Amino acid sequence: MVVEALIKIVIVLLTVLTAVSYLVLLERWISAWLQDRIGPNRTGPLGLFQPLADVLKLLLKEDIEPSQSEKWIHWLAPVISITVAFSVLAIIPFGSAIILSGKSYSLAIASNVNIGVLYIIALTSVGVYGITLAGWSSGSKYSLLGGLRSSAQMISYELTLGLGLVSVVMLCGTLDLGGIIQSQIAGGWNIIRAPLGFMLFLISSFAETNRQPFDLPEAEPELVGGYHTEYSSMKFALFFLAEYANMITASAVMSVLFLGGWHVPFLNTLGMDPSLLAVLGILAFGLKIFAFIFFFMWVRWSIPRFRYDQLMNLGWKVLLPLGIINIVITALEKTYLLH
Amino acid sequence: MQYRSKYNNPKPNRKLSLWEKLYLPEIARGLLTTIKHLFRPKFTRQYPEERWEAPAAFRGRPVLVMEENGQERCVACGLCSRVCPPLAIEVQASETDLLKERYPVRFEINMIRCIFCGFCEEVCPEEAIVMSKDYELVYRKYDDAIYGKDKLLTPKKDLKDRLEYLREMRNKT
Repeated sequence: MVVEALIKIVIVLLTVLTAVSYLVLLERWISAWLQDRIGPNRTGPLGLFQPLADVLKLLLKEDIEPSQSEKWIHWLAPVISITVAFSVLAIIPFGSAIILSGKSYSLAIASNVNIGVLYIIALTSVGVYGITLAGWSSGSKYSLLGGLRSSAQMISYELTLGLGLVSVVMLCGTLDLGGIIQSQIAGGWNIIRAPLGFMLFLISSFAETNRQPFDLPEAEPELVGGYHTEYSSMKFALFFLAEYANMITASAVMSVLFLGGWHVPFLNTLGMDPSLLAVLGILAFGLKIFAFIFFFMWVRWSIPRFRYDQLMNLGWKVLLPLGIINIVITALEKTYLLH
Repeated sequence: MQYRSKYNNPKPNRKLSLWEKLYLPEIARGLLTTIKHLFRPKFTRQYPEERWEAPAAFRGRPVLVMEENGQERCVACGLCSRVCPPLAIEVQASETDLLKERYPVRFEINMIRCIFCGFCEEVCPEEAIVMSKDYELVYRKYDDAIYGKDKLLTPKKDLKDRLEYLREMRNKT
């Protein structure tokens, strides 16, 4: 049991860490392509060794600690950020259970967490601390402003995130991620059953991952670098990793909650071998995550940043009422349409 | 009087239509615009492999014109040296048995000083110093940046474009 979990942890961590370093390259490529440029193509074939060079550079850089910083918390903040980003992945089912020599192996590190959705919400709230503490402990006005903005923004958008989730929970009748996927296989994907809920969740995911157009905590033109202004070397790299890991996590969560996770419609009617079906499921899940990540990047290089008051207006005056309306709509839908 | 321009005195904000206030359709429109660029040809030039061929009007590194017999056209009158704004050119004249009677023993351009203004070319009565198309100038030491006759002399056929261009411009005025 423990060995099985450990193996899964190693596999998932290695995959995600590699994916994260390549996402940085992908982001640079996409930004280049959307601006009629070519992008990095010099380091190795097609520029594929660029992440290696980046990691080496970050590892070898001097770790500067500001003299006015709270040393212990300054050190702790990136650790919180990266831990939270990775721990959500623990409950994501990457595929349907695989049966090897008569024994069934679940493809989530912690399978059957019956409060999966709650776990996600809880961890995203902890994620705020990483950024807020980083901003506060740096002893710099830019960092502090970035941290403050981040705490206000994340708390505001967490409400919408939660309300978007409520519609999923109402439709599926369970908090378990595996159960949510099963319910979607039976009754259709949640993106069709709760399109408004999906929109709300998607928009607040952008805010929760601090991506453009909601990247106010690090707004370079206003705040130099925001909460990570005073960070360098590997500590900065951890924040960088956390941003991209968060993107993967958010994409995975959205795929599970709204796009049926590893489910591919009509695939099981073709009468294929179950193990092949499982592998296809994992690939489909990867593809869904990739599609979301591409969307994140596409939006980043298209839409300008919100102003702070616009951000708050949108969060409290538009998205929150919509979220409440969405719950009513979902309740009506559940009572009259789906029965 | 208060300074007013279109930047500090903008027109009152246009009222957005309901469709625009919905945000999402306009955002979708924006996304569509950027995704179109994904499939457009790229502007980037892969520099060391793809080089830029300068037009004849380009003012690159000044060079001395070398005739077919291997002699420079320059008669070492020193006008270029006089006109050079950053004093980058140094000429030392001497006598020769050739028809032109004078030639430069030493002709040096300090390429760190050169500002590529082209005055030397303009003032030259013999059309002996012209601006070339060479824009790739790299030196590792200060001394390397002082180009002597060995580096400045360029065969006339390599400078055909520029010489023709100069003649054309002179005929215009």
